[in-house]
Amino acid sequence: MRIGVVTFPGSLDDHDARRAVRVAGGEPVTLWHGDDSLHEVDAVVLPGGFSYGDYLRAGAIARFAPVMSALIPAAKGGLPVLGICNGFQILCESHLLPGAMIQNDHRTFICREQRLRVENATTAWTSDFTPGEEITIVLKNQDGQYVADEATLDELEGEGRVTFRYVVPEGGRNPNGSYRDIAGITNERGNVVGLMPHPEHSVEEGYGPSLDGLKFFTSVLKSVVNA
Amino acid sequence: MGNVVVDVMLKSEILDPQGQAVAFALPRLGFHQFTDVRQGKRFVLTVEGEVTDEVLAAAREAAETMLSNPVIEDVVSVRAESPLDSSSAESQA
Repeated sequence: MRIGVVTFPGSLDDHDARRAVRVAGGEPVTLWHGDDSLHEVDAVVLPGGFSYGDYLRAGAIARFAPVMSALIPAAKGGLPVLGICNGFQILCESHLLPGAMIQNDHRTFICREQRLRVENATTAWTSDFTPGEEITIVLKNQDGQYVADEATLDELEGEGRVTFRYVVPEGGRNPNGSYRDIAGITNERGNVVGLMPHPEHSVEEGYGPSLDGLKFFTSVLKSVVNA
Repeated sequence: MGNVVVDVMLKSEILDPQGQAVAFALPRLGFHQFTDVRQGKRFVLTVEGEVTDEVLAAAREAAETMLSNPVIEDVVSVRAESPLDSSSAESQA
């Protein structure tokens, strides 16, 4: 199973994403932002970081990188794609996922271990979870506030496409002001998933708060086999 | 040489954290009359020669596809830069 990980100028977590693919039993393939081919990979991860400095808007310039002209039609055709943090922002800017990410409502960078609830365990990247399962992985971002208009939010909820929600203590607030506590979503087909927190940092003993991130990568390996 | 000015603002229903930060700071300087602040972006696109209708059309397309994200932002205006735009800073100096 060949899982491509795209490196944009300013990507930071591409190495960890490739390592996570390897730990899960896949073969990581380095994809370059300037490539106009996906080199026949079976799935793609858009990693975290600050692509092109995140100038203009987070993910806005990366969305027009040559590799995206190959990725966008492939994703529409069913190729599993996971966008983590900056990768999620790029998927929104590409309109592969609805909505957009703006600055955290409290305006400060956040870096912490974050509890999430798995709301949809049927996507290409979440099938190894059970619905309602709570997981803890790392959250670190500046522009992590997920926003969309009410109609889009209702549609996402109605179709079960909210994939992860922040677990918010009674009377508390979610970590970045995201509408309806949304941490991650999927497309209609369930092959494209984007989320703000970082599963790739939670795949090995001794690093990160859990091993919960591993299931993202084992899920996609199975979905590729079954495809 | 001509310039096209593109102004982009966050949609009114989207919270503007940058504007909020400015709004909270203004009263500390004694400005109590401003009840809200929204911060936007201005792009100045330079072309060789005149700003023709074709140039404006291209600028409009760039504004809609890349300079703004229609999910959260509005392109408020796309226009040729007027002499007032470039001289105002000098006249105030």
